[in-house]
Amino acid sequence: MPVSADAPRPIVDARGLWKRYGALTVLHGVDLSVAERELVFIIGPSGSGKSTLLRCLNRLEEPDDGSIHVDGIELLSPKTDINAARRRIGMVFQSFNLYPHMTARQNVMLALRKVLGKSRDEADSIAAAALHRVGLGERMDHHPAQLSGGQQQRVAIARAIALEPRVMLFDEPTSALDPELVGGVLNVMRELRESGMTMVVVSHEMAFARAAADRVVFMADGQKLEEGPPAQIFGDPQHERTRAFIRQIDRH
Amino acid sequence: MSGLENFLFSFFNLKVMATYLPLVAQGLALTVLLALLIVVAGLALGLALAVLRSFGIRPLNWLIIFTVDLFRALPPLVIIVLLFFGLPTLGIGLSGFAATWLSLTLVLMAFSEEIYWAGITAVPKGQWEAARSTGLSFLQTLRMVVLPQALRITIPPLTNRTIAITKGTALGSVVGVAEILGASQSAMSFSANPSALTLGAIAYLVLFIPVVALGRWIETRFAWKR
Repeated sequence: MPVSADAPRPIVDARGLWKRYGALTVLHGVDLSVAERELVFIIGPSGSGKSTLLRCLNRLEEPDDGSIHVDGIELLSPKTDINAARRRIGMVFQSFNLYPHMTARQNVMLALRKVLGKSRDEADSIAAAALHRVGLGERMDHHPAQLSGGQQQRVAIARAIALEPRVMLFDEPTSALDPELVGGVLNVMRELRESGMTMVVVSHEMAFARAAADRVVFMADGQKLEEGPPAQIFGDPQHERTRAFIRQIDRH
Repeated sequence: MSGLENFLFSFFNLKVMATYLPLVAQGLALTVLLALLIVVAGLALGLALAVLRSFGIRPLNWLIIFTVDLFRALPPLVIIVLLFFGLPTLGIGLSGFAATWLSLTLVLMAFSEEIYWAGITAVPKGQWEAARSTGLSFLQTLRMVVLPQALRITIPPLTNRTIAITKGTALGSVVGVAEILGASQSAMSFSANPSALTLGAIAYLVLFIPVVALGRWIETRFAWKR
């Protein structure tokens, strides 16, 4: 996206990211910038490097080369306190990854207490508010195994947003869900988006991308081939690989 | 005497048993003390090694694996005898009690380290990633997210191994520790009647049946809600 001179500085600014696993190069010098309040969707065939790119943005994956600024902090600098930087970057995973030995409320409270240093009472009321926000006010004291996949994912979203991140990363948040449970999670994401949260989403939910994304990035073979507003990427893709991918998706 | 009378005289001789009850009771007390010291030290050292191993420092891990394999491979009795008869030649004298405690502690440390380690590696990688993504440090994640889950899976094998190794306190009788078996054997020599051994067997049951039951209770207590 062209950034004009008076545009706000992007919250996420990744440049020239390289990632190799032995002989396999997963990211070939990828750039990605995300403006405040923007919802960027990353699509592409499996193995295109989109999840790796997302996981680089909070350094769960260590890029071999490049730079990543999030909210003005250079994540890859050895001087950066990565634990402090990650407070500002929420992440939601395909497999939810709730802590099974804790209730929903405790899942949300853990980082509030141990990372932000909130008192028990304060953490408890923030957790309750976050769980109400994702529609789970009634289930706060259930363990993950007593919740459906969709409810677990909403707890995971509450766990992330309770820390008031500057940007939220979603790594295929609905891919592990039964179809009837997808809607609840997408509704929560839509509500987040409307509240002005900056979001980067790797997902196959094309209808959601069309409706909610500000910008769609198409990746293949570790490169960003094309990006633009959803109407352009889905309606008039420029690159042959993008056209082939969109055709394939539309057939489903 | 008939066969049955003979059997009862030899193995259930109440007079002999009454005479030597205090001696065997003392042995029971010594076994309890020895077992407690082994369990506390062995399980704590094993956990410490497993935590150190999770840092992934190569040379340190080789050292841990070598130590653990050594004490898992050697028969406990061999370790006891080596420490008891070998260390004095280096100028380090160990009592039979200390040699038995140290040997079985090292064996329990080795086996429990492997069990803890298996538990830690069985916790899915996504648990680490989720916790680290919220800003928790490596150690906070290990302590508050990974270990509570790892320990729950390790309780059944850990209980079994702990019981098996604490029963090895009987090996202390070889180096003169008057624990249950040692005390019973003395009593048997004094009385020239094996009933004292029966008393010893009863003492082991009195001690270990509650321990086995406790292990079962812990297993159910720590299974989390499904």
